This record gives sequence, structure tokens and C-alpha cells, in this order.
Amino acid sequence: MDQSQIRNFSIIAHIDHGKSTLADRILELTHAVSERDMREQVLDSMELERERGITIKAQAVRVQWKGHELNLIDTPGHVDFSYEVSRSLQACEGALLVVDAAQGIEAQTLANAYLAIENDLEIVPVINKIDLPQADPEGTAIEVAHLLGDAPEHVLAISAKSGVGVEAVLEAVIERIPAPAGDLSAPARALVFDSSYDQYRGVVAFVRMVDGSFSRRQALKAMALGTEFEPEEIGFFSPGMTPVETLAAGEVGYLVSGLKDVARLRVGDTITTVTEPASEPLPGYKDVKPMVFAGLFPTDSDAYPELREALEKLKLNDAALLYEPETSKALGFGFRCGFLGLLHMEIVRERLEREFDLDLLVTAPNVAYRVKTNAGTELEVHNPAEMPNDLEEVSEPYIKATVIVPKEFVGSVMELCNDRRGRFDHMEYLSEQRVMMIYELPLGEIVLDFYDQLKSRTRGYASFDYDLSGFREGNLVRVDILVGGEPVDALSLILHRDRAYDTGRQLVEKLREEIPRQFFDVPIQAAIGSRVIARETVKAKRKDVLAKCYGGDISRKRKLLEKQKKGKKRMKQVGSVEVPQEAFLAVLKLDGGKK
Amino acid sequence: MSSARHLYVHVPFCAQRCDYCDFVSLAGQRGQHARYVAALLAELELERETLAPELETVYLGGGTPTFLEPEALRALLEGLPGAGELTVEANPETVTPELAGALAEAGVNRVSLGAQSFQPRLLEVLGRRAGPDDVRRAFQFLRDAGLANISLDLLYGIPGQSQVNLDADLDEALALAPEHLSCYELEAKPGTRFAHAHGAELAEQADALEDHLERIVGRLTASSYRWYETANFARTGGEQDLRSAHNLGYWRGHDYLGIGIGAVSTAGELRWRNAPSLSRYLAALEGGEKPPRETEALDEATKLRERLMLGLRLDEPVALAEVETVLDRAAFARLSDLGLVESDGELITLSRRGRLLGGAVSAELIVWSGDSLAA
Repeated sequence: MDQSQIRNFSIIAHIDHGKSTLADRILELTHAVSERDMREQVLDSMELERERGITIKAQAVRVQWKGHELNLIDTPGHVDFSYEVSRSLQACEGALLVVDAAQGIEAQTLANAYLAIENDLEIVPVINKIDLPQADPEGTAIEVAHLLGDAPEHVLAISAKSGVGVEAVLEAVIERIPAPAGDLSAPARALVFDSSYDQYRGVVAFVRMVDGSFSRRQALKAMALGTEFEPEEIGFFSPGMTPVETLAAGEVGYLVSGLKDVARLRVGDTITTVTEPASEPLPGYKDVKPMVFAGLFPTDSDAYPELREALEKLKLNDAALLYEPETSKALGFGFRCGFLGLLHMEIVRERLEREFDLDLLVTAPNVAYRVKTNAGTELEVHNPAEMPNDLEEVSEPYIKATVIVPKEFVGSVMELCNDRRGRFDHMEYLSEQRVMMIYELPLGEIVLDFYDQLKSRTRGYASFDYDLSGFREGNLVRVDILVGGEPVDALSLILHRDRAYDTGRQLVEKLREEIPRQFFDVPIQAAIGSRVIARETVKAKRKDVLAKCYGGDISRKRKLLEKQKKGKKRMKQVGSVEVPQEAFLAVLKLDGGKK
Repeated sequence: MSSARHLYVHVPFCAQRCDYCDFVSLAGQRGQHARYVAALLAELELERETLAPELETVYLGGGTPTFLEPEALRALLEGLPGAGELTVEANPETVTPELAGALAEAGVNRVSLGAQSFQPRLLEVLGRRAGPDDVRRAFQFLRDAGLANISLDLLYGIPGQSQVNLDADLDEALALAPEHLSCYELEAKPGTRFAHAHGAELAEQADALEDHLERIVGRLTASSYRWYETANFARTGGEQDLRSAHNLGYWRGHDYLGIGIGAVSTAGELRWRNAPSLSRYLAALEGGEKPPRETEALDEATKLRERLMLGLRLDEPVALAEVETVLDRAAFARLSDLGLVESDGELITLSRRGRLLGGAVSAELIVWSGDSLAA
């Protein structure tokens, strides 16, 4: 099809503002899916996404509308995947910005709208859920228009649920969003904006053809990584996989690469042909680096091989996931895993538990630290237990956080951010009621329970998003926890020196509650280097008997004892002390920031 | 068929149900006593082959056996086979001179009297009918009737029971000079009315409670009682072994036949528990059938685990060779180092502290199915 008849666009929205419902309506309206086949939210294919109401992996669907070919490119909605979002956006010429008429602009809406603007996309603002009783379409339209520097009349008002206004959205896509303008005769260049892994067909790359064209069985090459392959099939989604002979400039489609490892075909890379390669790749490829790390250990140490296998499989369609073997004295064999952010971590954990039926202990997360030792060595530390003692300098990642709240919560948010070593940048009234606050915060202060705290202090009204803003030096120390005199590697943490005493004390108190009494006294200490900063004792048990045991209850008592020992088997051994798995999460249960 | 030398007879009837009780018991039902006794004797007849020709012990437990209508009790005692030790459990308020005489006459030579406490306030918390004077009176009636082997049951950990109260109870009990004492911790089963009513108070006194058993052991052993089983003490100094021969049968892993509703039997590789329903029990036996029951197969390893679990409750050692296939060697070594387990290489027993921690210690010492031996 002629490029002038093609429109490539995404839908960007905050969670629950109706992105998937709008996508469903568009597919229905264009008859891409018969109503009978219509599952709710066709584009979200993973079970997990469906349950969490979020989209992890992008997909692209081609539909026909009034002589035009429309490619709807789905984007992940969360900041953890902002790189993937930006690649998906780069594959488009325009985006629908969907805002809930009752909720107004949220932090994620902003983050994604700015991403779209940075990618030079034409933005079509859409107010959704106008039929809700609490909807305020006019107010929201003003908010959105203000954000985009657009006129409120330009903002479309729809109800994706009932279908009202959806046709007008498609009209606007055709009228307002520019057609692609690639060079059909230039050497082929395609942007990989997403990929997924199929156990039978290998890596399937989702591509946007920018220049030239590909045909099936043509030798191709990923420019950044140098990977060469010959696609077994090329095609597009409608929404099922539809093979074609060629994909040409302006089109969106897929390549079944036959590659068995997603790491060899990364999102953001440019694909060209081997015989007539392009001289320059498309801009913007980044090797995304995980910033949040945690140890993953099987609760049953026999399950280590299963965990390794599961991570290998997950890694196949999650190129951002990093893992390396870790041996903890307390927790045994496991993996130190790197994630893009907290949500990514949560998703990986849930997939491991759900899809691979693993029972996992995930240690409290930490961030990546850049360290210079006294000897002048520079290294990046992903595990607090590995933080060297002879520190010359430590830097930690900082974020620029955007928090949007009703104005009455401004004080609470400020208090929380100050507690977390935040630096106030500025704030802005989005409307009379709602305020956007920008803070700079160490990422390490966010990874534990910042979001929960924020939600509870704002009665759930706050929306939050962040962007990494680089590394900065900090006065950080490693606090070790000793149980029965033995340092517990899995409980070490990096803290700002000013907070070390307080947190150390809270942590040993929490551990005293979590560690059951043993046959002997168990001291629990927090220490910086060799200096103990807090101490508690779990007193030895003095009595543990099954009072009565006669003919009638021997079986029951036997089962009780068996259960008692089974319960202990789930514990981890620290020296001679048995520590329940939950205790390793004690740091997550501190009343963070509450004073 | 095996030949059990111990017979347990369950009499479920009570004047009322105590809030903390978890035995199979039924309040009142006087009209059913005679029928129940007839059914018991019918069950005994059907189980003849399980029993040895000569019995060591017969034990009437409950419920409250002495709550039975006098006629029914007499019929039951008459119908039961003789044994060297014949024990009947009694509640103080049921013991009259007539009853005591009838027991003695029927050949009962051991009575276990449920005193529980001597503090009126604590007895009230337990919902017991008898007061401290009833206990002392009952004890005297039994003595007067010639019963030379009397055991008292005491409870500790009663809501509101202080250490001073506990000491007072021990004083009162010792003043009666019983041959035997059983001291049980009150188990407030979660979810019961009792736990609900007293849970908070029990939680509060949990720490003090930890020392109660040790205190009891100290007190009673100093008064020449032998702490021969986790919860049981027998007076020493005389010629007679005053330990409960019946209960020793359980703890040594001997076979036993239990008859009556809810009663459990263990014979060879089989354990069975009669259903707790009175009506089904009566119906089955009146129709000449064995009562409905659940059975549990006991394999060799399970029997050995029980042997170790029960044996470690006693102050007499268990032979290592007998239980070595179910003994967790690593735990054995660790617990020996901690001074909780003692062994000369052939016999194994728990130290005094090990016995106070006996539940947790034996749980660890036993290799359960699914345990990896290497661990």
C-alpha cells in the first residue's frame, strides 16, 4: 500500500484510563475481530497482564479503515519499561493520549506524553469515560489542552466502553496523524520496537519498516549487535499472524527470526539487509541497564536447577532481565537478578512462581552502586554484602520523581520525600485542585516501600512516576546484621549514615520478633564494620512439650511433631540458628519513614 | 491376630461438658447408660481375639466413668476381664462412700481423681463443679474404702493462675500424699469457646507459664516423686512400682484394645478409632456388628517413630539399635552438643532440660518420611 494511506499510532494512557478498551473498540469497528471472537482486551495476551490490568509487551495490529491501513502499536504503560515505550513510540507518527474524564491527568500520563512529544509524535488528545457520573469532561479537556498547548475544542470526548465517539477517533487518526515518509528505494532499515519469544519459532521481532523493504528468506542483519539471520516468515498481525511476501517502508509487521535467544535481537536495534546494508542505523538504540537488584533463592534449596532453567526461559523473552549465580551463606544457592524497576521485579517474580511453579524467597531489593575503593579500583556493586569496606567514594542512582496529588496532600508528600533524602525541585498547579510536585530522590530510597507509603499518606490519591537522572555521591555505609554472632549476608544493606542507627535498631527489633526462640539465646546485632550499633536477644526456649500423650492421641501427636520438623525445614540455617524465610524480608516490614 | 494385654474402656458420659475438654464426652444422657454398657460388653466380645488371655491392665476413662448410673457401672465392672491393674477415672463430685466402696469391691485397685486445682477461683474458670473440699473429701472416701493407689490430675496454665497459685496447688496435692500425680498444661485449642474467652489472658501469662513445668518437676522430685514421664510423677520409697502400668503400655509401644465411642486401638500394624457417634455405636453393636471406625495402617518406620517419640517421654532410655533407622544422626549430634540428649552409644535418653523441651527435641531427632537423611 502507498505510504500516504498508512497511519501508525499508539495509545498512551495511565493504568485503567481505558487504553485496552479503546483498542478493543477500534478492532471491532474495523472488523479486525468479530464480536464473537472478541475477548476483552485482545491486545494484552499474557495472563498476568490481564490480571494486573497492565500491558507488559507491546504488539502491533493492522486494521483497514476507509481505504487506509492503520497500525495500532500497543505500548507498555509503566515507567520500568520507558525505554520500550520510547521505542514503540518511535515506530509511530502519532499517538492517542487517553485521559480518564473522572481522574484527570496522572503522573504516568505526563511521563508518556512527554516521551511522545520528544519523539515528535502528533498527539491526539482523547477524554475517555465521559459517561461516568463523576466525569468532568470539560475540566479534564482544559487540563489536557493546557498540557499540550492545544485548544480544548481539539480534545475528543468518548466512551470507549459504549463506543460513543470512537469513529471520530479513527477520523482524527487519518486526518491529524501524518503518513510515514520513508525512502522506499533506500537500503532497508527497520526499527525493532519489541520482540517476543515463541518456544517453537524462536525470537519474533516486531518491526517498523522505515526505509526500503524486506522479503522473506532474505539475509538480514541487526546493526548494533551484528546478529545475522534469515527470517522464516514475515507478516503482520490482524490480529492473528498473517504472512506476507514483503514488508515495505511505512509498514509495521513481524519477522520470525529463527533465533533462539532474545538477547541477540534487542529492542531498539536497526535491521538491514546483508547484501545491501544501510550505512547508518536508526537513532536511539540503548543498552538498557538494570538499576534494581535482588537475590532470588528457592525456598527449597533442591529447586535451584529448576530456578536456573526458569530464569533461562524468562530471559528468552525478557532481554532486560539480568541474572548471575549468587551464593549466600544464609540462603544457599540462588541468583542475583537485575531489573529495570520494581514493577519489573514483581512481574518476574510472579511469572517464576506462576508459570514455573517455583516457591521463591526474594531478598529486599537494592540499587546499583558505583564504588571507588581507597586503592583506586572502580566497580559497580549490585549486592550490599559485596560492598567493600575501604570506600573512597560511593555513588548511587538518583531519580527525578513526579508526584501528582490533590493539594491537601502536598504537606504529607513533602514530609515523605524529605524523610527519604529528597530534594525539592519545583511544583505546579495542574488545576485548582491538583498539584504536580517534582523531587529528586535517591532510587535506593524508593525501592523499599516508598510507593506504599505515598499511597497510604495520600489515601491512594497520589500518582507517581520517575525518570533516572544519573549517579551522585552519597555518605553511604554498609550495615551488617549478625545473628548468633554470624553475619547474615542476605540482610546487609546500604544506608545513608544519618539513617543507619535508626534503621539498624528497627531492623534488629523486627528480627527479634521474626526469629523464633531456639534452644539457646540468640543475639541479634546491627554493625557498621566492627562497631555494633544495635543489639537484641531472642531468649532461649524454656519449655516445649506435648502435655498429654495417651493411646487415643498418639497419631495426632506424631503428626504434630512431623509438622513441627517440616516447619523447621523451611527455615534457613545461619550458623546454628534457624531463621524463618520471612525474617529475610524484615527490612521491608519496617515502618519506613514513620516517626 | 495379635494379643493386646491392655484394655481401655471409654465412658463418654459427664454431668456437664467442661469448656476446655477435648475428649469425646456427652453431657447427661442417663437413659442411655445401660444400653451403652451393654454395647461396650458386646464390642469386647467381638474383639476377643485382639486381647491376650491374661490382661495386665484395664483402664476406664472418660468422660466420667463414675458418672455412670450405679447399676450400669456395676454391670460394666462385672463384665470386664480381670487384670493386675484396674484403674477408674473419677470426678470428685461423683465420689461418695458408696461409690468408693463399690469400686473397691469390684476389684478396682487404682483411681485417677480429677482434682485440676485447689483454688476455687481457678476451678470456676475451668467450669468445674467440685470445690477444693470436694476433692479432699473424695480422696478420703477412696482411702477409707481401701484404695491404696490414687492418682491426682492437676492442671497448670489456667487463666489467672500465678506462680503462687501453682505452688499452693502443689502444696495441697502433696498434703494428700497421692501415689501418683499427672500434671497437664491446659491446652486452649484455638477456636474453642475457652480460647476465645481467655485467649488474651493466656497470651499474657505465656512467659510465666514457661517456667511452670520446671517448677512442678523441681517441687515434686524434691518430694520423692519420680518424674517418669513428661506429665507424670510416681511416688517412690515404697516397694511397689507406682507408675501407671496402663499408660506405660502406651509409652513402651505395646498393643492395646480400646472400646467405646472414640476409643483407639493399636494392634500390630493396625490402628483404629471408633467413630465418636453414640447412636451409630449403639445401632451397630445392637445389630451384632462392630462399630463404625477409621483405620490407619502403621508401617514399620511409623511404629519406630512412635516408639522413639513415646520412649523419649520416659525417664528410662531407649535402645539406639532399636530406633536407629528413624534417628536423625545430625540432629542427634547437635542436640547432644547442646546437652539436651544423652547417650552412651547404646541407649538414648533426654537430659532434664531436654525433657522440658521434649516436643521440639523429639521432633528433630526423628527422621520423618521425606526428610533427607543427609540434612
